[in-house]
Amino acid sequence: MLPALPLDEAGKYVAGAYLVFLALILIYVAIMASKLARIEREVVDLAEVVERKGGADGAGAGAAVAPPAALPATKEPAATKEPATTKEPATTKQPAATKQRAR
Amino acid sequence: MATALVLTAAFAMVFFYAPLDADQGFVQKIFYVHVPMAIVALVGFVAGGICAVMYLRTRETKWDMRSYVTIHLSVILAVGVLVTGSIWARASWGHWWVWDEPMLVSFLIVFLLYATYWPLRFSLEDREKQARYASVFAIVAGAFVPLNFTAVRMAEQYIHPETLATTTGGMPGKFALTFVVALIGMTLLFFTLIKYEMASKHATFRLRALRRRLAGDDDDLMLPTRSAAPSL
Repeated sequence: MLPALPLDEAGKYVAGAYLVFLALILIYVAIMASKLARIEREVVDLAEVVERKGGADGAGAGAAVAPPAALPATKEPAATKEPATTKEPATTKQPAATKQRAR
Repeated sequence: MATALVLTAAFAMVFFYAPLDADQGFVQKIFYVHVPMAIVALVGFVAGGICAVMYLRTRETKWDMRSYVTIHLSVILAVGVLVTGSIWARASWGHWWVWDEPMLVSFLIVFLLYATYWPLRFSLEDREKQARYASVFAIVAGAFVPLNFTAVRMAEQYIHPETLATTTGGMPGKFALTFVVALIGMTLLFFTLIKYEMASKHATFRLRALRRRLAGDDDDLMLPTRSAAPSL
């Protein structure tokens, strides 16, 4: 049986082990934060695209500008079946927002 | 929130409630982070296999995604298990790694086995095939985990400290209570991270779908990009 290490010597190992755990969590959170920042940037980009499209449509045909919230909603990903890359059929259902506008 | 509370409580109990081990002294405190991480990682691998079974039965991509995310987080925890175990080995046995110790080597084998999961996925461009092959891998590897654990327990040359109840009796009360709280905290952390990762993946794929629709250039944008992550 090995003798127990004195506290001053054992402390650094215990601290090291718990720091490893903390570091893992922090690295993971940092990665998730960077992903979130990328998603935010993409949302801003999409909003700009929608605004540009809306502006062009309004200037041209005078059509109503669809706000970003009125974009066709994507299907719930959890319910989709393979293959995921299959194209959506041309006759998709009218999004709820469009229906409301029609009323 | 519950995760943070339970983990904080667990670590407070480790240092202020659980008594010092008569054999190992203060070094034994590593046990409360190392073992829960190992248990959650191993259960996560098995859970990844179960999700893979569900994918093969239903062919719903949500199960492939769940299997992928569960295995991903289990591998991250497994890295923590290997590093904290190595630190504990150095403090207890005087060596960073002991090759004739079955538990260490078997866990390393499990880790290396799962390290091949991403190359396997990335090597397959066809999404359906990728999900199917990855599921078969997850099932076989997931079945290997409990077999491996049992084999190690049955090994004669056994010096790794046992954590669960044995023929010589289980852990004393305060040790056991602290361990259970730490295990619950680690499990909650695992589920919290799964939740965030799934949310992140869903948000990313929904954004991509929106971008494709806005771009209106279907043929080019609908082409799948090669990735190890499942496609939704």
